[in-house]
Amino acid sequence: MARSVHTITIPSATRYLEDVRRFVRRHATRAEFSVETVNALQLAVDEACANVIEHAYGGVESNSIDVDVVVKRDCLTVRIRDEGEPFIDAAYREPDIFEYASKKKSGGFGVHLMRKLADRVEYRSRGKSNICCLTMYRQDAPQKNR
Amino acid sequence: MSNFSVGFRSSGPVTILDLNGELDAHTASELEAAIQRCKDDQHVKIVVNGDQLQYISSAGLGVFMAYIEEVREAGGDIKIASLQPKVFNVFDLLGFPMLFDIVDQEAEAVSKFESHPGAQPGNGSES
Repeated sequence: MARSVHTITIPSATRYLEDVRRFVRRHATRAEFSVETVNALQLAVDEACANVIEHAYGGVESNSIDVDVVVKRDCLTVRIRDEGEPFIDAAYREPDIFEYASKKKSGGFGVHLMRKLADRVEYRSRGKSNICCLTMYRQDAPQKNR
Repeated sequence: MSNFSVGFRSSGPVTILDLNGELDAHTASELEAAIQRCKDDQHVKIVVNGDQLQYISSAGLGVFMAYIEEVREAGGDIKIASLQPKVFNVFDLLGFPMLFDIVDQEAEAVSKFESHPGAQPGNGSES
């Protein structure tokens, strides 16, 4: 059961990513997660929101993204909710940086970073909503599923 | 208002870019413009000083990725120096130290251009 839930809603524009990072940092720090975990979480959430802005909403800034920080006894989950094009997790493949450099590609690392940084990454769809959940467990919690 | 800026300095033939603030999907275009300006001016010996860089996301890393081959093809390199540990960690997570020359000190990066102008880290073809 959640001990606390905190929500911020931002327009789907990259200039608001900083606000999301501050929001996540504030609540994860208050929930007494380590500095390393807070750093990893805020980057993972930034990547998730940037993906929504660029891919789910195709750069259209008039939509919105809801970000919930759900603090529980053993973990913290950030839920990122949008109503754009759904992300197809099965299409993911790990990027090869040498291939990316030779093709002069500037994007495509976000999902990879999220998977590296968060203990658990899940995607759900509910009606028109797409929800990405990023979970960090407390260091003494038993389960990890990177 | 952007919380990121790029300062330009020169050390002989080397252009030093001082990154300041937070580099994310919103501010990455400013780094892109700075590197493009170096390229346009044919200043392709570039050292990026990350001493004041507080944060980087994949969008910032992607700028380095997009330009590294072009800069090397032009006879230069993008060497990265003085990263804070939390920022270096992000480069490291994606394996960037295999592709980029990342050193502790700016002076070391500059001197590498003098001794090995086109030096590159491992590119998968070392013997």
